[in-house]
Amino acid sequence: MKSKIFQIFLTIFFIMIFFIFYKGLKNPNIYVPKNSLEKDIPSFKAKIFDNNTLVTSEEIFKRDKFYLMNIWASWCLPCREEHPFLMELHSNKNLEIIGLNYKDKKKNAYKFLKELNNPYEIIILDKDGTLAIEWGAYGVPESFLIQNQKIIKKIIGPLNKDLFTEIKRLIK
Amino acid sequence: MIFDNKIVTFTFLQFFFVIISFLGLIMSFVNSDFSNETVFNHSHTTKPLFYKISGTWGNHEGSLLLWLLVLTLFIFLFLIKSKDQTKQYRILTLLFQQIIIIGFFTFLIKTSNPFNYIFPIPNEGLGLNPILQDPALAIHPPILYLGYVGSSIIFSSTLAATTLNYISKEWAKHIKQWVLVSWIFLTIGILLGSIWAYYELGWGGFWFWDPVENVSLMPWLALTTLLHCILVLEKRLTLTSWVVVLSISTFTLSMCGTFLVRSGILNSVHTFANDPERGLFILIFLFCLIFMSLFIFFFFHKVKNKDSNSFFWLSKETSILINNWFMMYFLAVVLIGTIYPIFLEVISSEKISVGPPFYNKLIIPFLIPFLFAMAIGPKLNWIKSELENKTYLVLFLILSLLVSVFTIKNLNVNFLINTVLVTSAFYLFFITLRDFFTKKFKNLSQNIAHFGFSLLILSILFNNIFSTEIITNLKIGETYEGAEFKINFEKIEQKNEKNFKAIIGKFNIENSNGTIENLRPELRIYNQPNIVTSEADIKTNLLKDSFITMNLVQNQDYFNIRYQIKPFMIWIWFSVLLITLGGLKSLILNKRYEK
Repeated sequence: MKSKIFQIFLTIFFIMIFFIFYKGLKNPNIYVPKNSLEKDIPSFKAKIFDNNTLVTSEEIFKRDKFYLMNIWASWCLPCREEHPFLMELHSNKNLEIIGLNYKDKKKNAYKFLKELNNPYEIIILDKDGTLAIEWGAYGVPESFLIQNQKIIKKIIGPLNKDLFTEIKRLIK
Repeated sequence: MIFDNKIVTFTFLQFFFVIISFLGLIMSFVNSDFSNETVFNHSHTTKPLFYKISGTWGNHEGSLLLWLLVLTLFIFLFLIKSKDQTKQYRILTLLFQQIIIIGFFTFLIKTSNPFNYIFPIPNEGLGLNPILQDPALAIHPPILYLGYVGSSIIFSSTLAATTLNYISKEWAKHIKQWVLVSWIFLTIGILLGSIWAYYELGWGGFWFWDPVENVSLMPWLALTTLLHCILVLEKRLTLTSWVVVLSISTFTLSMCGTFLVRSGILNSVHTFANDPERGLFILIFLFCLIFMSLFIFFFFHKVKNKDSNSFFWLSKETSILINNWFMMYFLAVVLIGTIYPIFLEVISSEKISVGPPFYNKLIIPFLIPFLFAMAIGPKLNWIKSELENKTYLVLFLILSLLVSVFTIKNLNVNFLINTVLVTSAFYLFFITLRDFFTKKFKNLSQNIAHFGFSLLILSILFNNIFSTEIITNLKIGETYEGAEFKINFEKIEQKNEKNFKAIIGKFNIENSNGTIENLRPELRIYNQPNIVTSEADIKTNLLKDSFITMNLVQNQDYFNIRYQIKPFMIWIWFSVLLITLGGLKSLILNKRYEK
């Protein structure tokens, strides 16, 4: 009896997997982050944090300048940890820091910035997290150093002293 | 006997015709016959001969033909090698294998015929993706396929044996060879792919947890577990259900991998074509095979030994069982990490991505007990064992603890987890090392493989802990001065090759102790297709690899330089070879024993 139930259960399970794969085939190209060096930044449209207007990636990332695109959220503890480094980088004239607010509540995000100050030139919104995936991000926080619309360095996890000096060297 | 010969002859003919068409395809590639669509899409007259040949399996159609070639080759070899088995069993194995072969034949002809004509005949082909033009990658697919497809024989014969209730100690001995053969090829195939990724993709890593890598790792995990279960089956006639389930899952996981890679459901370097029709075919075929094997397993499988679940707690079979469960856990982690994003997207159209942090967090802590069990398990006896006179086990534990504390102490890494991890790896290392001297040739293959595994884990750990990396932008003539070394960018040179132009950078790297290394990374501009690739220059020695890549920074005189020191890289490759050697030794010894 017990094994009968197990058999039926297993069969149903596999049938379910079949249908999921079948549906998956219909919308292929499920995104997988790529580890390629010097990748072009993805082109996208996103809402701006302050006033909800739409901007395109070309408008944000101009040539001849370094950008640090930082994925953050108010609920993310390591983001607090790296915030002082961002503030310090903010004072550097060669570099603009772009924030990507990831799966966050606006109210909490405002509070976060009020408490710790705002290092970001522009903050774009990513409510459902799809934009971060476009960038090939694995989680929060993550930072991308961008030059000429190319990602020249990808940092997984919070910034630390070593990474901070490395960024400074790269943008000299 | 006559009947027998006829079957063998027909199987040989099947293999013969497939090999003729395969050679035909190779010839079209060698002669650059662009009236053939496959050749047109994937070759070019200026390609070197070696890559013209390897281009045969560097595309979807050709690689499927290779699948078929290996499928037919293996069943032919199986029939020759299994003369001492019963006729019923051999015929049934042949039947199951032919179901697979027919499935692939239909797939090939219906959706991916490698011999489609183009008219009018184009003058020039489209060329092969330059990152695939690499010696390691040229032999990677055939070897990996020998492993993948080799598991089809295990699948067919296990189904046959289950149907006939034929599973016995003798059967285990006979099937063990096939398990070993596919395991060896699969291991080497994965190794080659990893070596390729290391120096071609330019990130200095050897494993990216890319879905396509995972897809080859999953059958390997299943196959490794199967290998250990077969050993138990051979000695004790238990764990039969494990053997059956694992044989089925090894092959279905290989097939599932083919599905994921070929259907375009995942994106990666291995995705040849996004054709949903192909995906649908493999999907249906895959699930037919799964349901067929489920049916056979449910209705024909009889548990041989009733007390199979009551092992004594301290015995070799218990320790193998424990490690089996660990392997199943690792397999589940990899499987979920690979497939769950697809599920989630289909069900809730939410996108997530799973990367190295996920795998590292879920796998690394469980490696610790796994490694300890691997060290102690082989020391135990079958059936019942006692821990007498095993004081050296404790002594070695203290020794490895001391060694790892001294190594980790002065480093800027998490002390606790790293120490425990390194201790467990050193423990296995010392224990297996000791066995080389005390046990001499008894169980040598197991010893070599386990020793290789401990070496692998140690090299990976030290590689992670001691790696350094410098990324900087330099002009020609500039020097970067770091704490430990200076990087001097001397000059660039140009070189013209048959199918690409190269810009070669000359770098002098001066270490703090005064030694100077010359490194020459390249930028290659391929003519067909027009792609720029960055070729790393790697200087390897026993202790470390120096790894440098350069890239153009657009519209500027600067080059982006990435310099890495990767300790113990060569030991990673070497230890995997050692693991394979263990399998090879077991295979050869078995044969000698039979004679």
